[in-house]
Amino acid sequence: MSDTYYDLMRRQGISRRSFLKFCSLTAASLGLGAGGAEAIAQAMQTKTRTPVIWLHGLECTCCTESFIRSAHPLAKDVVLSMLSLDYDDTLMAAAGHQAEQALEDTIKKYKGNYILAVEGNPPLADDGVYCIPGGKPFVEKLRRVAKDAKAIVSWGSCASWGCVQAAKPNPTQATPVHKVITDKPIIKVPGCPPIAEVMTGVVTYILTFDRLPDLDAQGRPKMFYSQRVHDKCYRRPHFDAGQFVEKFDDAGARMGYCLYKVGCKGPVTYNACSTVRWNEGLSFPIQSGHGCIGCSEDGFWDKGSFYDHLTTIKVPGIAGAEGTADKIGLTVLAAAGAAVAAHAAVTAIKQARSTGRNDKVSEVEK
Amino acid sequence: MATIQTQGFTLDNSGQRIVVDPITRIEGHLRIEVNVDKNNVIRNAVSTGTMWRGLEVILKGRDPRDAWAFVERICGVCTGVHALASVRSVEDALGIKIPKNANIIRNLMHATLYAQDHLVHFYHLHALDWVDVVSALKADPKRTSEIQQSISPWPNSSPGYFREVQNRLKKFVESGQLGIFANAYWGHPAYKLPPEVNLLATTHYLEALDFQKEIVKIQTIFGGKNPHPNWLVGGVPSPINVDGAGAVGAVNMVYLNMVKDICARTNEFIDQVYIPDLLAIAGYYKDWAAIGGGLSGKNVMSYGDFPEIANDYSNASLALPSGVILNGDLSKVLPVDLKAVDEVQEWVTHSWYKYGDEAKGLHPFDGVTEPNFVLGKDTKGSRTNIENIDENAKYSWVKSPRWKGHAVEVGPLARYLVAYASGRKDIKEQVDGVLKALDVPVTALFSTLGRTAARGLECQWAARKMTKYYEDLMANIKAGDLTTANTEKWDPSSWPAEAKGVAPVEAPRGALAHWVKIKNTKIESYQCVVPTTWNAGPRDAKGQIGAYEAALMNTPMAKPEQPVEILRTIHSFDPCLACATHVMSPEGEELVSVKVR
Repeated sequence: MSDTYYDLMRRQGISRRSFLKFCSLTAASLGLGAGGAEAIAQAMQTKTRTPVIWLHGLECTCCTESFIRSAHPLAKDVVLSMLSLDYDDTLMAAAGHQAEQALEDTIKKYKGNYILAVEGNPPLADDGVYCIPGGKPFVEKLRRVAKDAKAIVSWGSCASWGCVQAAKPNPTQATPVHKVITDKPIIKVPGCPPIAEVMTGVVTYILTFDRLPDLDAQGRPKMFYSQRVHDKCYRRPHFDAGQFVEKFDDAGARMGYCLYKVGCKGPVTYNACSTVRWNEGLSFPIQSGHGCIGCSEDGFWDKGSFYDHLTTIKVPGIAGAEGTADKIGLTVLAAAGAAVAAHAAVTAIKQARSTGRNDKVSEVEK
Repeated sequence: MATIQTQGFTLDNSGQRIVVDPITRIEGHLRIEVNVDKNNVIRNAVSTGTMWRGLEVILKGRDPRDAWAFVERICGVCTGVHALASVRSVEDALGIKIPKNANIIRNLMHATLYAQDHLVHFYHLHALDWVDVVSALKADPKRTSEIQQSISPWPNSSPGYFREVQNRLKKFVESGQLGIFANAYWGHPAYKLPPEVNLLATTHYLEALDFQKEIVKIQTIFGGKNPHPNWLVGGVPSPINVDGAGAVGAVNMVYLNMVKDICARTNEFIDQVYIPDLLAIAGYYKDWAAIGGGLSGKNVMSYGDFPEIANDYSNASLALPSGVILNGDLSKVLPVDLKAVDEVQEWVTHSWYKYGDEAKGLHPFDGVTEPNFVLGKDTKGSRTNIENIDENAKYSWVKSPRWKGHAVEVGPLARYLVAYASGRKDIKEQVDGVLKALDVPVTALFSTLGRTAARGLECQWAARKMTKYYEDLMANIKAGDLTTANTEKWDPSSWPAEAKGVAPVEAPRGALAHWVKIKNTKIESYQCVVPTTWNAGPRDAKGQIGAYEAALMNTPMAKPEQPVEILRTIHSFDPCLACATHVMSPEGEELVSVKVR
């Protein structure tokens, strides 16, 4: 007889009151309202802990490091009470044969019922020899574990898009998960790494509602990836007012002006950084003085320098609405108005399409 | 084979072969194979890096100001160290001097990483080699409470507190879903702690997991996020504004107060939890002060770090000194020159790369890396299903770096030995204190336990430095200096047509350096030689074994099929394989034939 989350939490000395509080906080962090809290409470009282297999391909482990930074819920509580992390090379006690046996046991015992979380990606060049944990190409392990998984979570930009090892010329032919596994539901949680609470938020959502969150056309959860960093940036009023940092540590920088002209990719980056923020909501790159480098976007390494500003935001079909930071720098008042118009138009087009990133709307010119 | 003599070790691969792959609780992918004799003592050791990413070729042709972001993604565990090495090497190439505040903030961010990374290593990557979680269920929480109160003033010490944790563990185990603790080595005869100490350490495993995320918030304040905070060539990206209009949008008093608070709490946790636990656990494993020494009693190296004078990397400025010790002679510390072509060199005789002349090593400015995945004739299995590796041929994605031809160990222990031998008072006091507390001689440092103890002491040292750097920053701001970036040479048009630079960093895992060549404002070549390359590297052209291999030699194993002893020694180095295995040709030609599957 397996325990439910609720049983576990109660036995661990967590009161019913605290349990319900946890459910409402989780619901609130997911934007689900009071009904959501009830659903979470219901789900956690009736389910056993879902097994999760967490595989690592070519990667840097920043996703795992981010995951353990989660404050709500704590990584400790996720691992001990919410799911059963049956295989994870970074955290598991067993090694070698014993670790591989744990993997086999989970695949067999929970066939079709475990979640596969992938950090990193498989290199396909040269028979896959650039990543051979256990003496075999990682891609084989990925395929084998994916076969009986209920769903796959692609952690971070490596698993979602390819990330740094797939930047040109991608010497190992590092390949994102969805190009190798095509017959399973995949939820992409991009970012280098993704925000800790976004990771645990996605996991909590899947476990409690027993379904994948609504995804955009690129497979990302809409709840965290449907708005640009720019849309909710607290420095946005400075953009609209034409107040820009011209150089790092200049007077504008110390005033907290917009970082657009020193390369900020916030206007073309879909992520929750400017809302959820990082490390328990403490800050995010723009707040700490550096532009967004767009790390949750497909191929962000190959879109020009992180310090080249997006010189043009072209909005097809709208005459005269071509605001650029350069022009704004010259004629602040006139161009600021144009920029507001340009962004209103971008937002409108985005809403009409409702499908995540769109290369035609905004393009980066070197 | 007949036995082989090297560096004072006798290699004999005739006994039973044990394979541990994957080595878990590390960064990246590592395989260890050993041969044990009939008494289950390790007589041959083989370290194989099983991943390779090729980052340096990806950097070719890029803007040198962007390089930090690429190389930062070499590793997300020791996050930021490659970014720091990158901005320093580009600044060295272009002759950019960083402002005093930027130097202090970089030191503060780096010390913050030391504290967090060492803490996570001890509790989450290493402790389970010494601590039997299941045994903790048998503990008497009252006794655990007494032990806790006798070794530390840490307030979470009541019998009820430990009982609650024990109950949580009990229910977890009874659920039958053991998660990350499944199928491990619980009950193995190599575990020596009484149940009460196991409960103490397991409780702190959970507490440390909660606390580590607080430490890194200093990186978030100055770098915007963690892991992978932002850096800047010429300084740091975060402007300081403590009293003017717009202060709310910069590093202001609110953030600075938070930094102060985090420094204090970090010192408290390390002093009251980590160090007392380390000493308590070490007391039961003193036999490990004579096991796993490897190269540590022979050759160790540190590049030095924490320049307390901006832009000055001499030992007069470095809080952790640079130097090399050869043959265990602590009376002599030799200087290191990263630009000297005959000092740092890499060999590929036993690595899956190709050189024109593999009898020679290459300096990183002249480095060549052409993948060449071939297996030796004595390999068991196939190219895509390796059962046993053949160490007489090529056998790793890690190269073999050497200093003037010597295999050396790097890392906290190496740094502490260099600092100790250099007569650094702060380090010497710490080391002598712990030797006295454990009642062991100085030679006890040359061991698996010594490596683990040095990391703990360095964590404490780094926490002290965090506070110092916070105070330095406040003093400098008080003196009226708000500058955090030098942008005089920000514009590439101000750069020379050709430039090259190199810069050292002591990463938590050891000596790291990046070598960059810039031509017509773009990166022409980029080479990294990283700590785990020094430690995890395979044999070289002369057959000299690397630091992991040496450290495993002559280790007795209780049950070779349950390789706790191998994990102890390998984990004592804190392996980071993504760091070790990313090197690639500076020429940037297509190096592999790609088969689309």
